[in-house]
Amino acid sequence: MDTPLLSVENLHVAFRQGVEQVSAVKGISFDIHQGETFALVGESGSGKSVTALSVLRLLPLGGKIIAGTAKLDGVDLFNMPEYEMCDVRGRRIGIIFQDPMSSLNPVMTIGQQIGEVLRLHFGLNGADLKSRAIELLRQVGMPRPTQHFDEYPHQFSGGMRQRAMIAIALAGEPDLLIADEPTTALDVTIQAQILALLKRLQQETGMALWLITHDLGIVSTIADRVAVMRTGEIVEAADSGPFFEKPQHPYSQQLFDARPSLTSCLGRKQSENLPALLEVQDFKVYYPIKKGLFQRVVDHVRAVDGVSFSLPQGQTLALVGESGCGKTTLGKAILNLIASSGGRVIFDGLDVTGSSGEARRQRCKAMQIIFQDPFSSMNPRMVVGDIIEEGIRALQPELTEQQRRERSEELLEAVGMTKDVRLRYPHEFSGGQRQRICIARALAVNPRLIVCDEPTSSLDVSVQKQILNLLKDLRKRQGLSYLFISHDLAVVAELADHVAVMRGGKIVEIGPVEQVLFKPSQDYTRKLLEAVPGDRQRRLILQQ
Amino acid sequence: MIFYWTDTLFFILLLMLAASVIRTRSKEHLRRPWRKVARSKSAMVSLTVLIFYFGFAILDSIHFHPTESQAGEGSFKTEAISLLDWWANPLRQRTEKTYSAPFASYGFARETVIGEDGVSRRSYPRLLYGGAHLADPEHGKFLDILQTGFKGFRDGFFAWLVLAALLTLITSKSSNLQFVPYATEIVKGRTEIPWRAILITLLFLLLASFGLGELSLKYHVFGTDKVGEDVFFQSLKSIRTGLLIGTLTTFITLPLALALGILAGYFRGWVDDIIQYIYTTLNSIPGVLLIAASMLLMQAYMARHEDEFASLALRADFRLLFLCLILGLTSWTGLCRLLRAETLKLREMEYVQAARALGVHQSTILLRHIMPNVFHLVLISVALDFSSLVLAEAVLSYVNIGVDPTTESWGNMINSARLEMAREPVVWWSLSAAFVFMFALVLAANLFADAVRDAFDPRRAE
Repeated sequence: MDTPLLSVENLHVAFRQGVEQVSAVKGISFDIHQGETFALVGESGSGKSVTALSVLRLLPLGGKIIAGTAKLDGVDLFNMPEYEMCDVRGRRIGIIFQDPMSSLNPVMTIGQQIGEVLRLHFGLNGADLKSRAIELLRQVGMPRPTQHFDEYPHQFSGGMRQRAMIAIALAGEPDLLIADEPTTALDVTIQAQILALLKRLQQETGMALWLITHDLGIVSTIADRVAVMRTGEIVEAADSGPFFEKPQHPYSQQLFDARPSLTSCLGRKQSENLPALLEVQDFKVYYPIKKGLFQRVVDHVRAVDGVSFSLPQGQTLALVGESGCGKTTLGKAILNLIASSGGRVIFDGLDVTGSSGEARRQRCKAMQIIFQDPFSSMNPRMVVGDIIEEGIRALQPELTEQQRRERSEELLEAVGMTKDVRLRYPHEFSGGQRQRICIARALAVNPRLIVCDEPTSSLDVSVQKQILNLLKDLRKRQGLSYLFISHDLAVVAELADHVAVMRGGKIVEIGPVEQVLFKPSQDYTRKLLEAVPGDRQRRLILQQ
Repeated sequence: MIFYWTDTLFFILLLMLAASVIRTRSKEHLRRPWRKVARSKSAMVSLTVLIFYFGFAILDSIHFHPTESQAGEGSFKTEAISLLDWWANPLRQRTEKTYSAPFASYGFARETVIGEDGVSRRSYPRLLYGGAHLADPEHGKFLDILQTGFKGFRDGFFAWLVLAALLTLITSKSSNLQFVPYATEIVKGRTEIPWRAILITLLFLLLASFGLGELSLKYHVFGTDKVGEDVFFQSLKSIRTGLLIGTLTTFITLPLALALGILAGYFRGWVDDIIQYIYTTLNSIPGVLLIAASMLLMQAYMARHEDEFASLALRADFRLLFLCLILGLTSWTGLCRLLRAETLKLREMEYVQAARALGVHQSTILLRHIMPNVFHLVLISVALDFSSLVLAEAVLSYVNIGVDPTTESWGNMINSARLEMAREPVVWWSLSAAFVFMFALVLAANLFADAVRDAFDPRRAE
């Protein structure tokens, strides 16, 4: 075998936290060869991004490489003077980051940002520079390269920005491209496009691709070799084929098992003729567009445009769709957190549209919400006990402190936490634990319906599995109904009885979960399904 | 005991400070950033200096009517004096005729002196108090200064030893160590709170104050001003004025900025429109102009209601209070704007939405969810504004719209010294003394504010 392009040996990285050192990467070794796709997979906090940043010597403040070597074509990167390292970054090793919104400079045109790299590494100028930049934009599949050259990042969608990022990374013609969660912030359809683009570019240029991700689905689509990382160590490294056939390490196995799968909805019984708990009729949420001196309303953004559905008692309806389709707005507007512009919400036979006073209090009791981000959905300055008791305090002021306390302890146990967390602060908990506390808070007022707004999308797969199980369990024990908002079809398959596919504020398809996911009647639903990466099983079933 | 308006408010403020310290100790999330402040050397050194200043301000805020013996000879027995006045009686009462340089024993200006032989001639007269104990100031003065200074340093060092031992004893209780091993920890600088730095600062402060105190009994260490008052004493008295302006103004700014900022940000719509209208209007009037107009109005008011302001001290006090008020009214807009923006962001946070979904009352949301989460901003801006307010006082007094001319303040000291800058030889000491005292306070406040900002700013947190 030839010498590897990048060879990392026994890398140790530690972060300083106050006085103590916390090690983030504990002696990992791996090679990346010319022209191959290497995937580093792991859950959040496993040290995968830190590994990439330390190879580029771009660790954030407080981080330090303790030991180890990283050789690029046999040259040690860690002993290189900083000015030589600058030639390596961008020219030899390119990098794309996760968030295309914040990794482009908003006050520079795309052309200038690509040009910066070209000027630096190739000394191009004027017309040469422009033609090369436009060529790069064409290469990454931008529809109108000449025009895009003079445009600013805010004029682009998320997917286009990620393409622009890739163009910038490619401008240096690197031998190795590091893609750090390149598609996490993108919709599934865009994700599929970006992955295909990366694969095509790799074949065209012959560079090596180092993919960092938490999503095994992506890995199965494009990787040649896989390494699984856990708490700073590589637990398994294998070629992609054997790995997906049969992962060796129990942790890899666990990652596979935790992945929700589209097929999990097969054979779910559909109970018929249950009374409707929530009925939404021709529901609308419009945002006015104001213009001119007197702020006249000239038009509306139709975030939710005439949506009707009904949710039976004890069932789960999933709202799926890409970002910006209005699914979250709909969920919040049903709870009157956002003012609605038309239509009716009938809860348990009672019209509660925009109600106030006593009717509102009653509704608040019966309808609750769980949010996507467990980090911003709890007041950082309150202890967990107070957070959970807040709803009880507001809606059942007659309870004594003792009763409230007992109730909150009960709730914590119901969501699988211990009693003593009552006196701790939210920041002391991990994402999954926080989401449990949020569920306990919602349960505190004995709701009958919970709107779950992407409750698992910011969690690791293993934690996601636990939260989904908790939700299922609560549904069974307490007869809860869920309005489950998600972009992830596999998660939906795990939990939902019915699925409504939304696009542009309208429901394009609604029906029982099995029917929507396996016999979709609309092109758009089909397109969404096809973009779900790496679900080979489903494809097999569909072919039959 | 007698309480002036500003005294009362100052003590209320100190009580509130104490109450918030006690509250902070019981709340984890509040204690965490403060612990970070406590670990910072520069912050703790600054805090020591600030506490020293506050000590003087407190002493100077306890007023009482003196008895015959307390008042000392030659002072107005009707006027209330403060503990500081009483304590520094020698300083207060030993006024010369006019200017004299620091450590001088002869006057600054020539006078006609009648000699022993009965012939009058123009020469520099001996001072009434400065160096009056010396038989031959020409020769013995330098040595005497050294000796007296050394005596002060010695006393200061002993006082420090006692204080340091006490502090070590008290703090060693809270650690698990015995006195001696804990003391070695401090000497090696290994304690969590940088006690070594604090104790060193304390040593310097005590040496300086004891040294100056001892010397000032025999000399005018910072000279005397035009009417012969001791400049060192003036500087000490100015501490209270400076601190009062810094703190009381905040007292007025804070509720306004907090209430209006949060309301504007949370409710938006017409509430926001009105509040924004108010502060943009206020902001578009030059602050100095507004302050000047108000101060003149206030003077006119006092002139018409002379019976209500019977004594000079009462007048001066009212003027100081009014200055704080008007400074506060003109300076809340910045913080208000900041809080509005933060609230706009917070109201969209999911925990606020969750509270709304739970049917929590609006006012409860404001008090429980919004306010605690903007408080770091309040703290940071209060700490930063403090020093700029102290400086503002100096500037305003300089243009004669500041505190009453009879109130000792750094601004007044600078104002009265400015004409003398053109004199030959220059009368530099009033200005320098005010500068040194103000500089130390403002520097300490700024360093402390920096540490507070570092600890509370979430963007700087790891």
